[in-house]
Amino acid sequence: MSTLAAHRELGLTDAEYEGIVDRLGREPNGLELAVFSLMWSEHCAYKHSKKLLRRLPTEGPHVVMGPGENAGAVDVGDGLVAAFKVESHNHPSAVEPFQGAATGVGGILRDVFAIGARPIAILDSLRFGELDSPRSRYLFDWSVQGIGHYGNSIGVATVGGEVAFEPSYEQNCLVNAMCVGLARRDRLIRSAASGPGNPLVLMGARTGRDGIGGASVLASAELGEEDASKRPTVQIGDPFEEKRLLECCLELLDRDSLVALQDLGAAGLSSSASEMASKGEVGLDIDVSTVPLREDDMEPFEIMISESQERMLCVVEPERLQELLEVCERWEVRATQIGEVTDSGRLRILDGDESVGDMPVTALVDDCPLYDLEPEEPAQPIYPDPPVRIAADADAAETLMAVLGAPTVASKRFVFEQYDSMVGSRTVRRPQSADAAVLQLAPDGGHGALAVSIDGNGRRVACDPYTGAVEAVLECALNLACVGAEPLGLTNCLNFGNPEKPHIAWQLTRAVEGLRDACLALGVPVVGGNVSLYNEGGGGPIYPTPIVGMVGRLPDPERVPVSGFTQEGHAIALVGPFAPSLAGSELDKLRGHMSDGLPEVTLERHAEALGALRAAVRTGELVTAHDVSEGGLATALAESCIEGGLGARVDLAPLRETLGHSDRLTALFGEGPGGAVVAGPREVVSALPGAILMGEVGGTSLLIEGDLELEVAALDERFEGAIPAAFA
Amino acid sequence: MTARVLIRPKQGILDPQGQAVERALPALGFEGVTNVRVGRLIELEVDDPARVPEMCERLLANPLVEDYEVLITETADSST
Amino acid sequence: MRFGVLRFPGSCDEVDALGACRRYADAELIWHGDLDLGGVDAVVVPGGFSYGDYLRAGAIARFSPAMEAVADFAVSGGPVLGICNGFQVLCEAGLLPGALLPNTSLRFVCRQVDVEVVNADTPFTRACTEGQALSIPVKHTTGRYWAPPETLEELEAGGQVILRYAPGQNPNGSVRDIAGVANAQKNVMGLMPHPEHAVDPLTGSADGGTLFASLVAHVDELVATA
Repeated sequence: MSTLAAHRELGLTDAEYEGIVDRLGREPNGLELAVFSLMWSEHCAYKHSKKLLRRLPTEGPHVVMGPGENAGAVDVGDGLVAAFKVESHNHPSAVEPFQGAATGVGGILRDVFAIGARPIAILDSLRFGELDSPRSRYLFDWSVQGIGHYGNSIGVATVGGEVAFEPSYEQNCLVNAMCVGLARRDRLIRSAASGPGNPLVLMGARTGRDGIGGASVLASAELGEEDASKRPTVQIGDPFEEKRLLECCLELLDRDSLVALQDLGAAGLSSSASEMASKGEVGLDIDVSTVPLREDDMEPFEIMISESQERMLCVVEPERLQELLEVCERWEVRATQIGEVTDSGRLRILDGDESVGDMPVTALVDDCPLYDLEPEEPAQPIYPDPPVRIAADADAAETLMAVLGAPTVASKRFVFEQYDSMVGSRTVRRPQSADAAVLQLAPDGGHGALAVSIDGNGRRVACDPYTGAVEAVLECALNLACVGAEPLGLTNCLNFGNPEKPHIAWQLTRAVEGLRDACLALGVPVVGGNVSLYNEGGGGPIYPTPIVGMVGRLPDPERVPVSGFTQEGHAIALVGPFAPSLAGSELDKLRGHMSDGLPEVTLERHAEALGALRAAVRTGELVTAHDVSEGGLATALAESCIEGGLGARVDLAPLRETLGHSDRLTALFGEGPGGAVVAGPREVVSALPGAILMGEVGGTSLLIEGDLELEVAALDERFEGAIPAAFA
Repeated sequence: MTARVLIRPKQGILDPQGQAVERALPALGFEGVTNVRVGRLIELEVDDPARVPEMCERLLANPLVEDYEVLITETADSST
Repeated sequence: MRFGVLRFPGSCDEVDALGACRRYADAELIWHGDLDLGGVDAVVVPGGFSYGDYLRAGAIARFSPAMEAVADFAVSGGPVLGICNGFQVLCEAGLLPGALLPNTSLRFVCRQVDVEVVNADTPFTRACTEGQALSIPVKHTTGRYWAPPETLEELEAGGQVILRYAPGQNPNGSVRDIAGVANAQKNVMGLMPHPEHAVDPLTGSADGGTLFASLVAHVDELVATA
């Protein structure tokens, strides 16, 4: 095969191709070119984002593993670490939502058990077009079923997440999955191969033609009209295979049988083998004729880049190989020696006796050219105004009903009831019952609990990339504070359009700066993450959507508040530096308006307020804590009423006074970071520093003095009914 | 020999998958469709086709709630 | 008193079941390949997706060596509790009447439900009272209980319907709201709700603990009278 023209087909520039020839000292053959094209793709090499990501703070007192390993890890005490990472599976899900989402979950689970942690929780962040579009309903429905299929079948609890619906995701949905795992600190394993002569063993499923070209063709090119023809390359997930693989790997690690472990993800064997060799500064020889195949006529290059799921690669000492094979047999996991570690520093591919590829590992992993972005702030807004969905003269009650019925705000019961949220017996707070998922550590011999949250608001980032990204970090931290947890680390997934376009580069740059500043202000390190670029199908770029997943720890799960009101007579207050504005709010969206810019945020004030709320929650005296998020304060109050099945009577006059303005709609529906509704005994609530007392729990309706009174039953019906109604 | 086993829910047993398909077809313009049953197809290469019904009774189908039908063809026909 | 909890490839709730049993007695896991139950006093066939639920939920697990041992154990009167996938396995194995079919919604459903104790005079429910409501979660895709009409009449007449979903709370379309049934001898019971996920108020409810407490009382009484 002539490779000179093929490189462009595979997404490499002429200069990149010259670079490959340079490093090989000759023209690459077809297999080598295929491997390079994947290793040097955006997906594997992060060539447009790596320089930018170096700006994020990655160090902190709790960090055990930072970016670069399969997942990050933080110390949670008692000799335990929490490992976690979020990853996107956007393009595969847009092509085939069930399998795309399912294999997204499978992939992120493997990332976590690849470092020796048992996955204990999954969270998802999903974005689709508006639900009145049949395509969006289809993508939403089947993505959710795919996530459930994989997570439920493998026995890992899906404990939280978020879903938003915006027109910009119509062609390009986002499916980001986060996994949290637990490990004894001394059992963590890295992926660095070592020990020349050590066998390289492939475990798990047989290799087929799944996802061939996926990494470069599916994940790094804009989706076009021909999506349907890409269907054959979609990977199919088998959670039963992965369940056995998971248990088998964890037993091998318990026995300390392995030298190194790595999952197979994008670009399959090519990427996994080169990463292992690169980290260990060794070489690897792989004989493709030994790889168990699902289709027997596969070419060596296909074997090397296949993205067949449920496979792991490990290095083992020769004298432990037999033990490894026995453990695998007991778990009915296929295990085959496919090569060995060498001191050559090269990835050599053999087909029996014949050499079919020979590449320097450093060239594959480290030498991909990195590009500087050329950011340029767009002269005018790049996103159209959304359609108008509310009458201009709607009163406060009508507005609240409209906001509660907006699918982004409405209850996600339709989603989370399709997920097993309790397997593992750790789940102290189920979805919707508190602001963050709370997972007790007692079953694993630890104390206290983990709290986990995932968040991001693409529309607000579209309004203001810097402040929108800051707010994503603040919202996660506030979710954690509402359950009394201190953040230990965060992971992020940067979902953006084509970074080679100056305005997308500007969004990306500003968003990363926002993430950096917020992380620094709160003292939360970034321990890992993922970048998904080129999200531009048909109708232009998606809203820039940095998704933040945060893990924290709290000392006493018995003291965790709920998000709903629980008792008549409890005092209700607002705490935190909440400065609501209609810019970028749900109401703004319903009115068909896209704001340009968001109010500035003073990070120091937020850091201080988060600490105060966390301390107050930890006393165990606050019964209810719920952050003010999409839909503003009126929505947060309504949600607490609905969740608790109790009414409330509140007066927002003290808030308007504090804010120094009298706009009622802004106080009701304005959004901004940092505010939380809290409730509890009056003496407890009124003693909170800076608390604005609003009223008390009671009755069967939500009464907001001078604005509205609505029966909780009616609020409930709208909130719970909105998404099911879209499918009726 | 190749055996094909067709398995479908017994008449009278609620088949929500069949109903979902039946509801979906008119929306796509396919009118006049009734009695949709969704089952599954199992293909096996077997030495002794006479034993396939027994396999169905014991494992492949649940005779309490499912009917099965066995079709045997010469493997030679399908080989390439 | 010692519980044995089976573990198949694809079991998911076996460790949860083990933990629940250990709140009330000793308990250990039993590997699916073992022909010997190791002298346990009661067997729990746990939830999950044994063999991926491939072919039919429970269809492959029922042929495992450990299940042969469980069948012998059941015939000799040993108490066997099947939860969710375990219920499916016991039906497939013919140790319980009826079958479990896909939910009418065709979707997985994870939800806290109330179940009513219909018969409190069994080894599994003796710590309950008749008519008592237990708050226990369900989580399954294939939980619609079905049996032929004549079998249902026998079950009702023989007191073999042990648990029913509270009115309006049937999550899967089960016939006659049946949530749990027993064999005629009442030593084998299956239920779709997960009592092992209702043993601690911190994680939602402790109502499911009564089933494990019942079994312990049953076995202790057998030992005392032996």
